[in-house]
Amino acid sequence: MTSHPDIGQVRAFEPSALELERRALRRARKRRSLLVSVASTIIFAGVLALALTSSPGWARVRDTFFSPEVAIDAFPRVIEGLWLNIQVLFFAAIGVAVFGTLLAIVRTLKGAVFTPLRLLAAGYTDIFRGIPLLLVLYIVGFGVPGLELTGRMPAQFWGTIALILTYSAYVSEVLRAGIEAVHPSQRLAARSLGLSHAKTLRLVVMPQAVRKVTPALMNDFVSMQKDVGLISVLGAVDAVRAAQLEVAASYNFTPYVLAGILFVLLSWPFIRVTDWVTARAQRREQIGGVV
Amino acid sequence: MSHNSGSAVGPVLRVEGVVKRFGDHTVLDGIDLTVDWHEVVVLIGASGSGKSTLLKTINLLEQIDDGRILLGDEDISDPRANADRIRGRIGVVFQHFNLFPHMRVLDNVTLAARQVLRVPRAEAERTGIALLERIGLGAKAREYPDRLSGGQQQRVAIARAIATDPELLLLDEITSALDPQLVGEVLDLVGELRAAGSTIVMATHEMSFARRVADRVVYLKDGRIIESGPPEQIFEAPQRAETREFLSRLRDPFA
Repeated sequence: MTSHPDIGQVRAFEPSALELERRALRRARKRRSLLVSVASTIIFAGVLALALTSSPGWARVRDTFFSPEVAIDAFPRVIEGLWLNIQVLFFAAIGVAVFGTLLAIVRTLKGAVFTPLRLLAAGYTDIFRGIPLLLVLYIVGFGVPGLELTGRMPAQFWGTIALILTYSAYVSEVLRAGIEAVHPSQRLAARSLGLSHAKTLRLVVMPQAVRKVTPALMNDFVSMQKDVGLISVLGAVDAVRAAQLEVAASYNFTPYVLAGILFVLLSWPFIRVTDWVTARAQRREQIGGVV
Repeated sequence: MSHNSGSAVGPVLRVEGVVKRFGDHTVLDGIDLTVDWHEVVVLIGASGSGKSTLLKTINLLEQIDDGRILLGDEDISDPRANADRIRGRIGVVFQHFNLFPHMRVLDNVTLAARQVLRVPRAEAERTGIALLERIGLGAKAREYPDRLSGGQQQRVAIARAIATDPELLLLDEITSALDPQLVGEVLDLVGELRAAGSTIVMATHEMSFARRVADRVVYLKDGRIIESGPPEQIFEAPQRAETREFLSRLRDPFA
């Protein structure tokens, strides 16, 4: 057996010269790649900025789309509108979670008795994934009030309903994929303990299913976050509608850009959290991740 | 079988003072191991003794925290080493086969040759079929892995590992996931590889097989090599008390 005098008997608490050299090398390499990425980002941004600002129409575009004065003027109304978006989003998200889960569970029911329910749920998801959200908004927002079942409800109420109807269809399909991806042996093990079908679903299957499809669910949530802006077509004064009114008043498109930036800022923390959660789950479930 | 004997002088593998830690837990605690050409080294030891981790570090699937690993005369623990190229020189067979379920048996076996070594498909498939026939699975070449028994799947996995003629073959408890009656066919194949001159490092719980096929048996405990020697010595006249205790527990688990 080979035994190197200088590295044979070291403990990891006091790394050998070789290991220290290796670590220094890895550090240097990391530093270099960081430098390269910073440099290439700066160059890329610079080229982009230069191409934009040196274009012949830049001065006009800057004044009509990126005017700071107009942005400051429009800010209070647009942010007020955004608050409505957030409220709608809050209730729509809860509604979608409940209704989407219900649909997914109905679609995975096994018994023959449930055939009509299953077909209904399948038909529902097919139809509502097929209709453009805009049409659902029009039909629900202008059609359902015509039935005069309720008193006068604000436009955002119907907008929320329309969002729930459409997004539940998407979310239920994602959840169903998750439920079916949980290995049958898990169900078997749960039933063997004497857990009922419902308890098996709630305590064993759903937690694993949701974990499997979290990235897809988050994706749907972010997508809904911006589709909330579509309720403006019903007349609700949300961020998009508020921006539209400001544009009409000032003959300047900056409020649109402002609303766009606010929507991005709204979804950004959530996107980052999503990435973080996904990465953490992956680290836990996959060992030997150096490959 | 002909091997890429590019560095036929000197040992195939030299592991020198390798340390691997997960957090505060030291999994490998200064491992020294040299493997010569055509030598079969069998690692034995309880679960968690570091057998699998050692194999993973050799294949660069785990980064080591100290020490050095040389394949031929190249330091493969050097951060500048090209990991993909080095892994191409080493064949690995896993406990759970890890065949690609969406590819036919033949495509599994020829994948590395076609995609890594850029061998033309026709040529790679000729070699692949010949290899599958040699291990008695020529008829299964066009089947998908899930149509095969566990033993057959593991033999395909071995064929996949040796298809590119690696310098070194790492076998990580390749019979642990098999039904007892399927273990024999897989171990027979390993015996054939040994007879054909393959250089092998394997971790196993099959002591009778270790005894039959090993040139050298290495007993690991808590990340250290406790004893290493020819199978006759380890199994019949172990020098260390730890080895004796481990083997007697295996013979009579209720002792």
